[in-house]
Amino acid sequence: MIKTIPLSALIGLIITGVYFFVAIFAGWIAPYGMAEVVGDVWEPASGAHLLGTDNIGRDLLTRMIYGGQTTIFIATAGTILSFVTGSTLGFLAAVLGGWADQLLSRLVDLLMAIPSLILALVILAMVPVTVPVLILVMGLLDATRVFRLARSVAVDINVMDYVEAASLRGEGRLWVIFREILPNALSPLVAELGLRFIFMVLFISTLSFLGLGVQPPLADWGGIVKENKDGIIYGIGAALYPAIAIATLAISVNLVADWVLNRTTSLKGGRG
Amino acid sequence: MHPIIKLIAQRFTLGILLLVAASVLIFGLTEALPGDAAQAVLGQAATPESLANLREEMGLNRPATTRYFEWFGGILQGDMGVSIINRLDIAESVGKRLGNTLFLAFWAAIVSVPLAIFLGLLAVRYRNRWPDKLISGVTLTTISIPEFLIGYVLVYFLAVKLGFGSALAMINDSMTLWQKLQSIMLPVMVLTLVVLAHMMRMTRAAILNVMQSAYIETAELKGLSIFNVIAKHAFPNAVSPIVNVVMLNLAYLVVGVVVIEVVFVYPGMGQFLVDAVTKRDVPVVLACGVIFAAIYIGLNMLADIISILANPRLRHPK
Amino acid sequence: MSEAFVRVRDLKIGATVYPPGEKPHDIEIVHGVSFDLEKGKVLGLIGESGAGKSTIGLASMAYGRGGVELTGGEVWVNGRDILKTSKGDLRALRGGEVTYVSQSAAASFNPAKQILEQVTEAAIRHGKFTKPEAEARAIVLFEKLGLPDPQNIGRRYPHQVSGGQLQRCMSALALCPEPDLVVFDEPTTALDVTTQIDVLMAIKEAIRDTGVAALYITHDLAVVAQVSDDIMVLKMGDMVEYGSVDQIINRPQEAYTQALVSVRSIEHEEKQPTSDPVLICENITARYKGTKFDVLKDVTVEVHPGQTLAVVGESGSGKSTLARVITGLLPQREGRVHFAGRDLNPVMRTRPREDLRELQMIYQMADTAMNPRQTVGTIIGRPLEFYFGLRGAEKQARIQELLDEIELGRGFQDRYPAELSGGQKQRVCIARALAAKPKLIICDEVTSALDPLVADGILKLLLDLQKIEDVAYLFITHDLATVRAIADSIAVMYQGEVVRYGTKTEVLRPPFDDYTDLLLSSVPEMKLGWLEEVIANRKMESAGN
Repeated sequence: MIKTIPLSALIGLIITGVYFFVAIFAGWIAPYGMAEVVGDVWEPASGAHLLGTDNIGRDLLTRMIYGGQTTIFIATAGTILSFVTGSTLGFLAAVLGGWADQLLSRLVDLLMAIPSLILALVILAMVPVTVPVLILVMGLLDATRVFRLARSVAVDINVMDYVEAASLRGEGRLWVIFREILPNALSPLVAELGLRFIFMVLFISTLSFLGLGVQPPLADWGGIVKENKDGIIYGIGAALYPAIAIATLAISVNLVADWVLNRTTSLKGGRG
Repeated sequence: MHPIIKLIAQRFTLGILLLVAASVLIFGLTEALPGDAAQAVLGQAATPESLANLREEMGLNRPATTRYFEWFGGILQGDMGVSIINRLDIAESVGKRLGNTLFLAFWAAIVSVPLAIFLGLLAVRYRNRWPDKLISGVTLTTISIPEFLIGYVLVYFLAVKLGFGSALAMINDSMTLWQKLQSIMLPVMVLTLVVLAHMMRMTRAAILNVMQSAYIETAELKGLSIFNVIAKHAFPNAVSPIVNVVMLNLAYLVVGVVVIEVVFVYPGMGQFLVDAVTKRDVPVVLACGVIFAAIYIGLNMLADIISILANPRLRHPK
Repeated sequence: MSEAFVRVRDLKIGATVYPPGEKPHDIEIVHGVSFDLEKGKVLGLIGESGAGKSTIGLASMAYGRGGVELTGGEVWVNGRDILKTSKGDLRALRGGEVTYVSQSAAASFNPAKQILEQVTEAAIRHGKFTKPEAEARAIVLFEKLGLPDPQNIGRRYPHQVSGGQLQRCMSALALCPEPDLVVFDEPTTALDVTTQIDVLMAIKEAIRDTGVAALYITHDLAVVAQVSDDIMVLKMGDMVEYGSVDQIINRPQEAYTQALVSVRSIEHEEKQPTSDPVLICENITARYKGTKFDVLKDVTVEVHPGQTLAVVGESGSGKSTLARVITGLLPQREGRVHFAGRDLNPVMRTRPREDLRELQMIYQMADTAMNPRQTVGTIIGRPLEFYFGLRGAEKQARIQELLDEIELGRGFQDRYPAELSGGQKQRVCIARALAAKPKLIICDEVTSALDPLVADGILKLLLDLQKIEDVAYLFITHDLATVRAIADSIAVMYQGEVVRYGTKTEVLRPPFDDYTDLLLSSVPEMKLGWLEEVIANRKMESAGN
């Protein structure tokens, strides 16, 4: 499989890998301390500060590296939470059917009838904004989308003759879920995993930008924009670096997800 | 009764039910989560006595169901209560801001809808050739950057570097329409970019889906010109999916407005909501949440109703 | 010397393929085909799937579907080579001089427009008729094609008429602009046999009355024998044999043509019923959840050990529902299923494993009946493991034994379903059913998705296996030729009821009830003039009444 990997997916994989590497080893890679004031306000880029300094004189590259760590950590944790809850409940709804399916599906319909951002804002107005709370809120709100996908994929597979053949053979429910449905549902879900991760990155960045996400002095990409946005009207582009970081990460993950999805469809196409 | 009327009535009822359920959900969340309005006003350091007093004063000790019906009944009559921060009537504050938000969303829609459909058609016409690839490359990028960052990128390069448009979008009643439009030029551009990507991709997919139908081949084999194939056979069937796409994206637009208003310090509902959340002004958050949910549910309902109306099988039953 | 109206010389057609995991590349799918066609004559193009017959049909309109490209040769229509003509001239040709009738009328009509508008569109657009003239002609055609209420049927939308009616409307669409050539691409394949015969006759008469030239594309030699003057047999993009209909049907020269002509002529001696049936369905009545309509009404049938009961009927007859009741997927409302000396519980989930093992099922679509992520070895091995606890070498040996029985060689164990041909897939499904050592196998339309020669192979295999394993079949099908080939007893179903039931000779011996008569007489026979005979008989009968 690796041999046939297209160039675009390879680039995507490499860039994504680099981002995760930097996020994990931020403490070793970052040239200065996360909240350390090392210079003047908004110093331009120089040998000592490759991206210059921020609104209170911290090294911007350091802030970006730590910011990436926070953003990627929260997004990853949120994605995992949303996937585990969403796909488990989605598969259960599809296989059990009946009232369990009705109850879960109608609840998800209701949650999805309100825009996630609005619902998140309502919740964050009531509870203290901490990292675990953010992960929980974003992960559970996003689980609705994973639920819908997982359920529809599983429902499609559930009506296949080979699933009927397995139940006619007398196979138990666990066999049907893990051996007949899951292997065939994996590829579309993996592709969706990438898209959900991007959405999480955008979501947490937006919340932080609005001042309702990661709280200072902790750095994250949305927060860096908020801290440095006043510089923009003076022509200081410090607030724009996160744009580049988010966009390259998101596009890379997209490229990988596209590849996974295409591989699935070509597998299907080859069946005939 | 024509079955289509029945279907539309059903969809309408479902919309109303969803709206009521959404209001219960939003109200329920503020009840179920730790902390309440009194706590929010006084902060974490408040003494139990002062909390109890304030709760008594605000009527928070009565059962939640009673307060829900009072609250939702009030909203239906245009009474949204008062802000706990500045004691101003919420309905009054919301009224003007909602107008501003809709003004912004309206102009963003006016620009983005025709543009998205045009680009979608262009991408289909030159499918898999460079115009299609260019368009999908650009849209992939705009989908990958959060709205607020697109906003700042435009401000930085257009307003600051080139002196085009204004970094702040202030509008007030004394301005003429033209002045208002000049003021909101940049936010409209950002919103257009943001929804354009989604809308164009979905339009492209919808048209491609129609163009690959067997009846398009029939039309081609009748020797019709490309124009006639598209105008007479593809278009009538593509209208419904495209309108659906537009409606879904307008719903999306309304949410995008929230963030963009903060970027451009625009006096609309989004800014109002975010402020209220930061200050934990629960009644305002509740009111804004329900209004956004209502707009979103309403547009989605409209999208479904249009699909029902456009379906020939439903319009001409057996 | 006058030249033929349609003259195709050395036509070569290529296509771009996108195999998974490989770079897209071009292949040739038609390798140099030549034929002539005069006005008023019908040329039948026949072949199995992948023969290139539809592609050649569309080439007569200089049209390539998807990535198909006309790479070489000449196609002369009305005195010009249409592969070299201008775009404007091509538009005049398509829909004006040459028209097309597709297999699926339901998909080929625009759902948003009235039928009449679509039928007359090409004639008006090409300036052949004014709108009133075209509409008048369409109504005449509707009448000629035997559509009910020809004056008003055109005002309906495509979804408001039945499949058979829409297929006739498609023919009207093709004939309306008074074309010189009509391409019929499997126009009756999607229809039930009793509907097919009427549409076939309507098309034949319409061709005769309008004097057009026609290309008639189908996989069914018996059908093409009824409507064609000449026949061309195609295989994998090559011409195999080309001659008059009489020569091809009565004196085929090539081995492949001979095989096609003698298809479904398997002889099967009927076995006598033994004393104890393995399966008894007694007074079964069933309906689907949430409906108020019985899809099975008081059905009673028996299957004897080692024998085959064929359940025949058209779509909607309830024959597949019977299978669902027997397997317990749809519990009956009334009646009982008696199997191997015991009553079966109506609900599948509550049946003991032994009941499930002894009653196996094979599906119509082998594609969806196998998990695409499991190898052939896993698919066949699972029942061995599940029912008999076989493991390791013992299991492997048994898998190989089964593979030998279904005539697949070594090396198939590790293949995935996607790597098998249609016939091979169905064989693996048979092996999976046999692995359970069942007493009865329900075969639900197991050959109807396959090409005739492949289907024949499967039927022969099933008959052989029945002798070896002594297994009984409940064989569900809409195809009477299959029934003749395989059945010991037959149940004819119509609208949820068994209208005729008995041994094969009893059921197929006159006098018939009306429905069985209609069904039997509608099955195309590999014989010239059969269609006229049947229609004449029917007219006499109705005159006699």
